[in-house]
Amino acid sequence: MSDATAGLPEAPQARVSGAMRGFAQEVGALSAFRLESCIHCGICADACHFYIATEDPQYTPIWKIEPFKQAYKREASPFAPLYRLFGLKRAVTADQLEQWQHLLFDSCNMCGRCSLICPMGIDVAALIEQARHAMFDAGLAPKELYQKAACQQATGQPEASREPYREQLKAIGTRFGVEIPLDRPEADVMLCVPRTDIEHYPSSVAALARVMQHLRISCTFRSDGLVAENYGYFAGGKSWQRDISLRLIDAAIACKAKILLVPECGHAYTALRWEAADLYGKPLPFHVRHVTEFLADELEAGRLKLGAAVTGKTTFHDPCQLVRKGGVNDAPRALMKAMGIELDELKNHGGFTFCCGGGGGVLDIERAAPLRYRTMENKLREIDDTGAETFLTSCSDCRRTFDDAQQHFNWNKTPHSLLELVSNNLAGAEKPT
Amino acid sequence: MDLLGFARGPALKVALAIFCLGVAWRIVGFALLRLRRDLNEPRASILKYLSGGFVAVGSRSWPHKEFIGRTGPGEALGYSYHIGLFAVVLLFTPHIVFLGGLLGVMWPGLPSSLITVISVVTVTLFLAVLFRRVTNPVMRMLSNFDDYFSWFITALVMATGLAATAHIGARYETLLGLHVLSVDVLLVWFPFGKLMHAFYIFPSRAINGALLARKGAIS
Repeated sequence: MSDATAGLPEAPQARVSGAMRGFAQEVGALSAFRLESCIHCGICADACHFYIATEDPQYTPIWKIEPFKQAYKREASPFAPLYRLFGLKRAVTADQLEQWQHLLFDSCNMCGRCSLICPMGIDVAALIEQARHAMFDAGLAPKELYQKAACQQATGQPEASREPYREQLKAIGTRFGVEIPLDRPEADVMLCVPRTDIEHYPSSVAALARVMQHLRISCTFRSDGLVAENYGYFAGGKSWQRDISLRLIDAAIACKAKILLVPECGHAYTALRWEAADLYGKPLPFHVRHVTEFLADELEAGRLKLGAAVTGKTTFHDPCQLVRKGGVNDAPRALMKAMGIELDELKNHGGFTFCCGGGGGVLDIERAAPLRYRTMENKLREIDDTGAETFLTSCSDCRRTFDDAQQHFNWNKTPHSLLELVSNNLAGAEKPT
Repeated sequence: MDLLGFARGPALKVALAIFCLGVAWRIVGFALLRLRRDLNEPRASILKYLSGGFVAVGSRSWPHKEFIGRTGPGEALGYSYHIGLFAVVLLFTPHIVFLGGLLGVMWPGLPSSLITVISVVTVTLFLAVLFRRVTNPVMRMLSNFDDYFSWFITALVMATGLAATAHIGARYETLLGLHVLSVDVLLVWFPFGKLMHAFYIFPSRAINGALLARKGAIS
């Protein structure tokens, strides 16, 4: 048993075969079309920060789904009977799939940059997400992601905490002198929170509450649907992803929310904004908005007024789940502009941004750290090249990844939250202490 | 029946039948798989995301400026031989006569001397493509029988065509027979391998472009 799967059931051939058949049967017309369309040009490698940093061909994005292409061709493609009859595509083995764990989890942030470069228009990242589902079914999700997903599915929290998150939220309110709306029976906006913020950036939680209070928005956090992250999404456990999303959906319905507000958390946005309704089985009876989108709308409507922020030369990291996979490009820029910030953009920004390196659960996978650091060097160089004094982002996982890099590389930049900057510059409001 | 008669008679008929049925089955085969409706609230109107699909068909023909430094030369090589190939297939007068006979329409061609120059350049580019595939570590790793056989059969069609035009190596009728026979083999292979990208490329770009536009993301 590999270290990665320690504590999990072995991945015997029968289980792997079942998972690969499941992949082939679940593949659907859209993914089949994507799998059929690849011409092996290898161009996707040139978009991937793992390949760019290492020049190692195994990190070519489309190669990361090679066993799954093999399974599709053998089991479900139009000529599958011929492939099986003449033995042209062999069944995927447990050993083969175990080798691919490194490629699908440790060296892929599911950032989608490869999907932007493919001349055939293949959404490689979507295929990788499907491949992760099969890896999970085969018992090959990395232990860190598997265990957190299991815990979150069962308890609502990815990890046990010294005290329940709802108690920690109240403590944050007391500490920062802001009222935390919690468990109100009805509210227009339901808030949720990244556990990263609870544990590492409580000032962001306070900032969210403060901004909502300033705007006099009827809102609430809910104990029964509190955590924004979705480790089921990272681990590839589709049914767990569904259960975790359902917690938030049910809570939002219970409080009759019109909007479920996703905090500064990139993958939570993908999971809730672009995948939750499919798992729920019908359109959600409320809107899902990222906090920067919501605030940009308030700004445009004239309800949010911001004062000038003194940030000096400033740059911004676009979280890939928000901008490239989610289309949230203009909202953060509108907020920064309203605070008088003239942005010094990164060389690759907006939809072309490089991932921070921690996305897709990679930050949680301990053994992936050396490769992640190597991959991050290019990103850090881009940030340094702007000469910015202030470095902002709008995803707490990205922020944590950069904080980690600061320690590892003795890097002289500190990532700051855009939401906190907004909260600190509300026109007519006292500056938070 | 001589070689030429066989190649453009029964062999061509069988090859065309396999080509048509194979292509249809390859498309129908996966189109029949489940297609799930996206239930998530779109950011853009249906008109916007459909137009996003059309835009992607064109915009993916050339890399975004952020990528061009790394992929420009390779893509230029790829597009160049495709353009050469299309020029020879569609604008060489004997091809027009042959295809026009099948389709019932005619169109003007390019002078033979120009076609010869284009053919030589295209064959050279084709060799460069193969060289790149075997020397580039990423492409070499991704490549399988399909890639090499598809290259080989297309190269064979071009080489026999050039030989027939230049009367090199054998009687004209024999060379022409070999050329048409190689086209027959290409038609038979077409539905089974990567040559199918000729049918996939535009729908694939359009679908991805539309799905990204639905989210308001760039494509």
